[in-house]
Parts: sequence; C-alpha cells; structure tokens
Amino acid sequence: MKIQVLAFGIAKDIIKDRALEMEVKDGISIVALKAQLCELYPDFEQLRSLNIAVNADYQNDDFILSEKDEIVILPPVSGG
Amino acid sequence: MIDIQLKDQTLLPQDCIDFVACPKAGGSSLFIGTVRDNTKGKQVLRLEFEAYAPMAVSEMKKIAIQVKEKWQAEKVAIHHRTGTLAIGDIAVIIAVATPHRKAAFEACAFAIDTLKETVPIWKKEIFEDGEVWVAAHP
Repeated sequence: MKIQVLAFGIAKDIIKDRALEMEVKDGISIVALKAQLCELYPDFEQLRSLNIAVNADYQNDDFILSEKDEIVILPPVSGG
Repeated sequence: MIDIQLKDQTLLPQDCIDFVACPKAGGSSLFIGTVRDNTKGKQVLRLEFEAYAPMAVSEMKKIAIQVKEKWQAEKVAIHHRTGTLAIGDIAVIIAVATPHRKAAFEACAFAIDTLKETVPIWKKEIFEDGEVWVAAHP
C-alpha cells in the first residue's frame, strides 16, 4: 500500500521535505515502518527517540497502519 | 474548566490568571517559560517553535485533565507559542487554580514537566554560527 508520512522538527530536515510518500507492505506495523524509515534515512538512528503518531495520537510499536491513517514522524519533542 | 491555546502571537500571562480565577480556589500558581539568551554559555539569537497542532492541542488537553483529576484543580490554562521568538519572549504559560496552595505548585510543576515530554512541539535554537533542534540527539 502507499502511505503518506508527515514530518516535523528535525525529521523534516532529515527527509528534506514536509511529507514523504512510501510504498509499504499492507498491514505494516509501526516498528516495521520505523525500520524502513531508518533504512531510507540512516540519520533517524542518531536521534534520541523516534515515535510515530497515528491520527494525532501516540501508538505503540505493534500498531497496524492503514492507508487512511494520518501518519506523522515525531522526533524527540522539545516544547516548553 | 480548561483553556488550551497554541498560537503564533504574544502570550499574555494576565489572560491565564483571569481564566483560572475562581471562588473555589484557595490558590493559583503560574509558570511562565521564557526564551533564555544562552545555551551552555553559547549566545542564542532566537528560537523557532513548530508544532503538530492537532496533536499538540490534544496532548495539552490530556495534561490539563490529569491535573484536574489528580490535584482537584478547579481550572487549568495552558498556552503555548509557535513561530519565531526573541530573547525574553514567553514560550509557554501554565496556570492552575486549586483549593489549597500545595496542590497548585505540584500540579503546575507536573504540567510543565509532562508538556516537555509528551507534547509534539519542537524548538530550534538559532546561534550566530548555526542552528540546532533542541534535544534531538542523545
């Protein structure tokens, strides 16, 4: 399936764009998506943490993604 | 009652103080986070904040709800900036009103500590010789 992944903060610098279209296998989990992202962009491995938000919420690594989801790369947050 | 705001305009402490004013509260505490002029002695020129807005608002709401439940807070205001901030500008304001003073201090500390851990907002420090996304790397 084809998914669109949005990026913020340093993730935007790493992919050199605000969003990324990816071809992933159907029913991919968050942990597998993270692995695929790290393969494409090894700089993600240097970060303190890497989370994926789904539909504006935190989800665990085993969460299964679908095409309709809003998927966002969350590098380490630094608000406040 | 809860007031959550994420905006690219000047934050006003008085707005938060007015919002949390409440006859049931014996005290309120106010935290104001401002832009410091240096990081480890290195001069900072300005900060740039960016947010994943819908999630930032919902995560701030979650914090406010926790504060209400855990410390019996009557009212909670959390305001956060986005955009470019100069030295001394206010980046975040948290105000909490509770029946007794001790809870107000504790709840306010919990709110800012949790905000820094969970709310999807990112800040970039701009120096004379470059820029750094804060806390991105170990």
